[in-house]
Amino acid sequence: MNNSSRNNQAGRNNPADRNNQADRSNPAGKSRVSTSTNAVAENTMDIVNQGLSRRYNAEKRFRLYGICAIMLSMAFLAMLFISIIGNGYTAFQQTFVKMDIFLDPETIDAQALQDANYQGMVKQSLNVMFPDVKTRAQKRQLYGMVSNGSAYQLQDFVRKNQHMIGSVIPLWVPADDDVDMLIKGHISRDVPETERRIKDVQLSWIDRLQEQGRIQKRFNTTFFTAGDSREPEQAGILGAVSGSFYTLIITLVLSFPIGVATAVYLEEFAPKNRWTDIIEVNINNLAAVPSIVYGLLGLAVFLNFFGLPRSVPLVGGLVLTLMTLPTIIISGRAALKSVPPSIREAALGVGASKTQMVVHHVLPLALPGMLTGTIIGMAQALGETAPLLMIGMVAFIVDIPGGFTDPSTVLPVQIFLWADSPERAFLERTSAAIMVLLAFLVTMNAVAVFLRKKFERRW
Amino acid sequence: MKKVFIASLALVFALGIGTVGAASRDYISIVGSSTVYPFATVVAENFGKTSGFKTPTIESTGSGGGFKLFAAGVGVEYPDITNASRRIKKSEFENAAANGVTEIVEVKVGYDGIVIANSTKAPLFKLSRKDIFLALAKDVPSGNVSGKTVPNPNKTWKDVNSALPDVKIEVLGPPPTSGTRDAFVELAMEGGAKTFSWIADLKGKDKSAYKALCHTIREDGAYIEAGENDNLIVQKLDANKDVLGIFGFSFLDQNADKLQGALIDGIAPAFEAIADGSYPVSRPLFFYVKKAHVGSIPGIKEFLAEFTSEKAWGDNGYLTDKGLIPMPTAERKQFRQAVENLTPLSGSEL
Repeated sequence: MNNSSRNNQAGRNNPADRNNQADRSNPAGKSRVSTSTNAVAENTMDIVNQGLSRRYNAEKRFRLYGICAIMLSMAFLAMLFISIIGNGYTAFQQTFVKMDIFLDPETIDAQALQDANYQGMVKQSLNVMFPDVKTRAQKRQLYGMVSNGSAYQLQDFVRKNQHMIGSVIPLWVPADDDVDMLIKGHISRDVPETERRIKDVQLSWIDRLQEQGRIQKRFNTTFFTAGDSREPEQAGILGAVSGSFYTLIITLVLSFPIGVATAVYLEEFAPKNRWTDIIEVNINNLAAVPSIVYGLLGLAVFLNFFGLPRSVPLVGGLVLTLMTLPTIIISGRAALKSVPPSIREAALGVGASKTQMVVHHVLPLALPGMLTGTIIGMAQALGETAPLLMIGMVAFIVDIPGGFTDPSTVLPVQIFLWADSPERAFLERTSAAIMVLLAFLVTMNAVAVFLRKKFERRW
Repeated sequence: MKKVFIASLALVFALGIGTVGAASRDYISIVGSSTVYPFATVVAENFGKTSGFKTPTIESTGSGGGFKLFAAGVGVEYPDITNASRRIKKSEFENAAANGVTEIVEVKVGYDGIVIANSTKAPLFKLSRKDIFLALAKDVPSGNVSGKTVPNPNKTWKDVNSALPDVKIEVLGPPPTSGTRDAFVELAMEGGAKTFSWIADLKGKDKSAYKALCHTIREDGAYIEAGENDNLIVQKLDANKDVLGIFGFSFLDQNADKLQGALIDGIAPAFEAIADGSYPVSRPLFFYVKKAHVGSIPGIKEFLAEFTSEKAWGDNGYLTDKGLIPMPTAERKQFRQAVENLTPLSGSEL
């Protein structure tokens, strides 16, 4: 403002100045030709009016396109949720059969509880319930009605209730997955017997059990407390959830400090030269690299070169760290950039060193943004399967991992493995596991949004 | 507060790294075929529950991928067992020997049928192996002239054989990395190609040309590679009744209410027909054990005993419930003995 007025005084023969004078003479010229301009203006107004409705329509159409796009994507999202929930909600229930099991003191030795033939006791009680089943083939069908995990359940019960040995106990045991599917209506009774996994004679047994009130659907706790299994009724997600937990801990512990340190150095300390430019371009490119590439890198470096074991969360976490680092660095730098320079100048102005300026003033203000970026990076890592394929985390693992070097899978891998299993009952469990994964992702993103809203400061 | 946070981070990190220091493995590591995977996993689970050892980990890498990992060397970082839906190739055996894996025990598990199935909503297909070859080969013989081939002109099943329905040829099947694919081209396609006498003669004269002709599947869209996920094929067949799919018998067994297996050379893919060998497209399943690891990795011997026990792979064993077709009693006995003595493969028999 000051500058320009001083310029005006200093240089009279400035070309810009001469233009100014020409402008000032314009109003006079305008009034001279006003009559002809009026006629033109009327014409112009007509033209504008004529086109007006067309332009309004175009505007309406454009908005409509936008609304259509939103509706379409909402419809797809709704379809996804409806199909997943529709397929999966039944997996949270499991059919149980009530059995009266005689804990035969002759077969159970109190000194060696694990050696007793629990499977035999379950079979015996089925025999008592259906005394008319005689042939070997039919007996096999009968024994197949309850889960073969029921023997382990019985063993557990006996260990806890040793005083019950010698009496008949009522025990609810999980039904076999085929029976479960029939009760839930996923196997139709109408198809011919040869094409049905539940035979006619088994149907009659199920009907009899139902009449006696021995069949009940209950909440499927196994689904949340067990590891993987090839028997759908014994399969659970706890193994995969703990695997995901350990993997993400490693990822977070490594990627957050490294990512923040990188972002701070590049944004606050690094000189602007060709090297930092190259580094910056490379980080941006790495964020777009397909995740399977990180898996191959992990295989080559961590497994083959460092000789770390296969299928463990430690290696999974290292690979996912490589994958999330660019995301965290980029969001961290954005957060640092959004801190106004006045804060830095003020800190330096009162005599803070550069490190003090960063640690005491800039970093605390940028941290909410960095955390949001980190959480989103973690959510991305939680949903990743491809890089884990290469380092052996796509595997059948029953035992629930108890540490960073126990073999384990992660949630999305569990979904992938179940989707590939032939048993019908895994279909609903796949959808249920997807629901659990989605719940985790939504929670993480909600936390990110909450943190941003709560701590973000606007200038 | 901040110092506590940093210290706890450092502690977690140190714990994570510290435990790796002891580079030993107390569980069995298994890789290999996706066809054997459903059987091996059941055995592993039962083994883990009953034996007191840790449950083995099993990766489904495909037969070829399994051999590659298995043959990489001896030591805890390499797998102990690899599953295969075909026999080990001589080249793979030699590669293993070059890496120090000299003693490999071969165990045949049982049989698996490969089925060509479609939805029960569509009519049942009755195919011969010749039909399959003419429908799916890249090049087919032209007329009756020996030695002359043309790119496969057949668009519908009726073009292949006038007795078949007038439906577009569309088959979902496994990719080339799959053992199922290897077995399918060898048994079904090659079996069909051999019905042309000049192609059968070609085998003696020019083996590579013979193989290229018999084993190459058309790439013009009639054969769709559906990945290793057999369940996906099942779902697609259920959705589109004009499509046929190629997969292992266990998937047909589990989905008999939705799918029907095509008759091949007049024989339906049924349990008995595959077991007695009358169903033409069936193959043996194997697993291979690294003898050097027996003893150093706990539980391998016990795992082998579990796998080869009658309650697992016997006529009424739990593996038959999962769709495995058991071997005859004599053959089971022979392989059980091989496992007990850990008789290594000599290489000359390949």
